[in-house]
Amino acid sequence: MVTAVTSFGRSGVSDWLVQRVSAVILLAYFTVIGFAIGGGVEYGEWKALFEQTWMRVFSLLAILSLAAHAWIGMWAVFTDYLTERLMGATGNALRITCQIGSSLLIFIYVVWSIQILWGY
Amino acid sequence: MRLPITAWASITHRASGVFLFVGMAVLIWMLDASLKSPESFDAMVGVLSSPLVKLVLWAIFAGLMYHTVAGIKHLVADFGIGETMEGGVLGARIVFVVSAVLILLGGLWIW
Repeated sequence: MVTAVTSFGRSGVSDWLVQRVSAVILLAYFTVIGFAIGGGVEYGEWKALFEQTWMRVFSLLAILSLAAHAWIGMWAVFTDYLTERLMGATGNALRITCQIGSSLLIFIYVVWSIQILWGY
Repeated sequence: MRLPITAWASITHRASGVFLFVGMAVLIWMLDASLKSPESFDAMVGVLSSPLVKLVLWAIFAGLMYHTVAGIKHLVADFGIGETMEGGVLGARIVFVVSAVLILLGGLWIW
């Protein structure tokens, strides 16, 4: 198992499971959202839906699932294409830059979502 | 590039995932605007009436549908279904057809 700090990964088996659990949560969440907006929605009922505690908690669960899912997915893409083997030393620098950039974007999504869910 | 259909299914799954990760900014922005106030909700509905914005939304919807259907194929494969070469080819075909239908239906819904 690769344990170098720059690998940014832990265990493949853990990633495999997290990717699937988070996928099922996201599928459930987008299905609920789809049913809520499918036939058109007014501000009042939409706002009321997101004032329910269960919807806020479910939305938080979905955004945390998205964070994990995107983390693992982007890691898989970066470590396959932005590598020393394919691009030389540039590959390593580019991969680590992209990893840090995507972590930052994930962090922004999570904080922004929490602000939306509990801030309004 | 001449690649087997299974390779295209896999590459599209990855590409749609990367696209969705970026497109999520648009969806969270929409959630933000729709919940902030009745005025921002109406303003967002106004923005969504533009054909260009509808196209962006449809692209995100398409990415979401393809990524979801291809993901379900993965979950099915985890149960040992469709792991042969023939099964993989059939699975990839089903994923392309089902997601194409869903994407078309989504286009009708958006317009």
